Amino acid sequence: MVPVDDRKVARCRELADAIAADVQRFIDVHTTVGVERTVLRAYGVSGVNDEGVPLVNLVVDRYREAGLLDRGITHFLARALARGARSVQEAAEGLAYSSILDDDSTGPTREEEQLAIADATQAALDRIDLAREKREALKRVHAPGAAPLKYVIVATGNIHDDALQAKAAAFAGADIVAVIRATAQSLLDYVPEGATTEGYGGTFATQENFRIIRAAMDESTRNFGRYIHQTNYSSGLCMAEIAWIGAVEGLDMLLNDAMYGILFRDINMCRTFVDQYVSRRLIARAGIVINTGEDNYLTTADAIDKAHTVLASQFINEAFAFRAGLREEQLGLGHAYEIDPWIEDSFLIELAQAQLVRQIFPRHPIKWMPPTKHKTGDIFFAHVHEAMFNLVGVTTNQSIELLGMLSEAVHNPMLMDRYLSLKATRYVHSACKHLGDEITFKPDGRIARRAVQVLDEALAQLEEVAREGIWDAIGRGAFADVKRTRTGGKGYSGVLKKHAGYMNPLLDALEASP
Amino acid sequence: MSRKELIRAYGDRQNDGMVQMSFVLPIAPSARAREAAKVFAGEHGLRDPLVATMEACAEGYAFFVVYGRSTHAVDFAAIEVPEVSTRALSHDEIESIIKSDIQRKVVVVGACTGADAHTVGIDAILNYKGYGGDKGLESYKGFEAFNMGAQVENEQLAARARAVGADAILVSQVITQRDCHKENGKALVDLIKSQGWRDEVLLLFGGPRIDHKLALDLGFDAGFGPGTKPSDVAAFVVERVRARVQR
Repeated sequence: MVPVDDRKVARCRELADAIAADVQRFIDVHTTVGVERTVLRAYGVSGVNDEGVPLVNLVVDRYREAGLLDRGITHFLARALARGARSVQEAAEGLAYSSILDDDSTGPTREEEQLAIADATQAALDRIDLAREKREALKRVHAPGAAPLKYVIVATGNIHDDALQAKAAAFAGADIVAVIRATAQSLLDYVPEGATTEGYGGTFATQENFRIIRAAMDESTRNFGRYIHQTNYSSGLCMAEIAWIGAVEGLDMLLNDAMYGILFRDINMCRTFVDQYVSRRLIARAGIVINTGEDNYLTTADAIDKAHTVLASQFINEAFAFRAGLREEQLGLGHAYEIDPWIEDSFLIELAQAQLVRQIFPRHPIKWMPPTKHKTGDIFFAHVHEAMFNLVGVTTNQSIELLGMLSEAVHNPMLMDRYLSLKATRYVHSACKHLGDEITFKPDGRIARRAVQVLDEALAQLEEVAREGIWDAIGRGAFADVKRTRTGGKGYSGVLKKHAGYMNPLLDALEASP
Repeated sequence: MSRKELIRAYGDRQNDGMVQMSFVLPIAPSARAREAAKVFAGEHGLRDPLVATMEACAEGYAFFVVYGRSTHAVDFAAIEVPEVSTRALSHDEIESIIKSDIQRKVVVVGACTGADAHTVGIDAILNYKGYGGDKGLESYKGFEAFNMGAQVENEQLAARARAVGADAILVSQVITQRDCHKENGKALVDLIKSQGWRDEVLLLFGGPRIDHKLALDLGFDAGFGPGTKPSDVAAFVVERVRARVQR
């Protein structure tokens, strides 16, 4: 244990809550094209046109161009149903293709609309609950492995090869498999359809691809008698749509961060804040664990000087998550082993941060990320570097450990890279299983002093961010040394102020979820 | 003709040819699998291959580590590689050269041209996040970097570069078929030459199949292969721009 002043931690939470409250006032009165498309998907609207454009995009774009989307797409869907459309799909096709645009001038009353959409809203919630129950039932039969859970990525570009590699990873001891997305999918303002076999840097996240990997992992779960988790990315311009797809396809985890897209993908901050809220409302109901992206800060900013920004951001991510209904057990707050390995006592500094985060967030499934920034093509050294990372992970009882790959700086992991990594990690985790229970840190030693320093600096940063507001803080580069403006970045044109008559009964129901 | 200078891999004695290789074969471990790994290593020119490790790394896949003596030799005297002759500069050194010697922003336009949809290379060099812990040109105060993304036509790229008064154009080619990366690259050089402003701009070519020699052959000023860091590109550009400014 390292010394942690509970009053300082309480103050950090109070400040983070104030920061999130300020943004929540904005979120509550805005929607986005992504949110509205998510609602359509949840109501069961599916399909693409001849050019591969999803129907949900066609509907939402048409009503946005007409200046009517601020009323909520559900409003128009409900009106079409109240007027006699035989199904949600038929109603949506009408909204997309009918020669007459519903200009909202006359027609059903609000009561008639609510009646027309009520069953579809309940059906959407039932789909989430059913997928959750199915996952929990399988977990009751086949319990997950011991913490730290071993998380590996596959990224072949072809979903069928991914499924094969994912099964191989489960064979070699993996507990969690992520299919890395194709480069730049986060910037697509639509979700591609179908099973995909071509992708650079990864494989597209599509509903069908999620199903293929889920089936493969369920098979591995039964084969190896150990529950294998599936994860993907609820981030980018389709953050909320992916959350919906993940929720109904039985994903266990989703990368989901309140600020990552703003900082690292230059997505507009208004857009991201609204999208993250709605995505998290879905994730909360689905019982999915989120993984936040603070580890990335240390790839652009210095891992020693800016360590406190990781902790500050974890408090902020937590505050946003609480406001979206997530429980502590769903918060896989991220951090990473990114200090230059050639700095004296770098291991001690890493240990201090990992122990500090573990103690401040005791019920959270903390996500521990491996070295990447200081990796080179020397795969043999990289293997040693990762052993040290694993040692910190097991000693400080991290919950989810993304395994480092010896070929990190060379290529996406291959079968043998993953195998060697899993084997070495099994060794370190087993050899040091109870090390953390056996050691104490000197109360005034280097590790304890470092932990105190990081918490103090995080508190100071949160005081500053709370004073200026998160919008301006990001504007001056408070996180990851990256600066973004309130109206800059991608996707800003997809943000709309809600009309007084805005209708979204699905979101209302999610907000009322226990 | 200069004398041959034959070299071989070194283990612990001159010319012993000792190398290690590791690989996966799509077969389960067995005595036959071990023999297959030996034959496989032998086909790669390894004498006396020793299969040091054979383990099941997935169902139906075996992982091998093999040591052996390579029979191959390389005539080092015959190896010629033109290298980009720029000394490595740190981020701060680059900023300081721009500030004190160039005294204006250095403008760079980059794109992945033709049908290639892969921005990973151009993003690594230009975008803030950079590559391998080395921040991209966007992160420099002294650079004005425009990243046009993927599937950009040469005409568009040239027009944009001219409009913003680019000091340098960065062309990235990641995925290629039948040498189309060479044709695309050369077409840009020819286009700019025909428009009469080749001397006003630096042309840089980059990608996993690109090296400096190829780039020079195609008419570029420099070529950057895999592993290039943003600061390598930045250093080359500022040194060349400084030379122009001071001329």
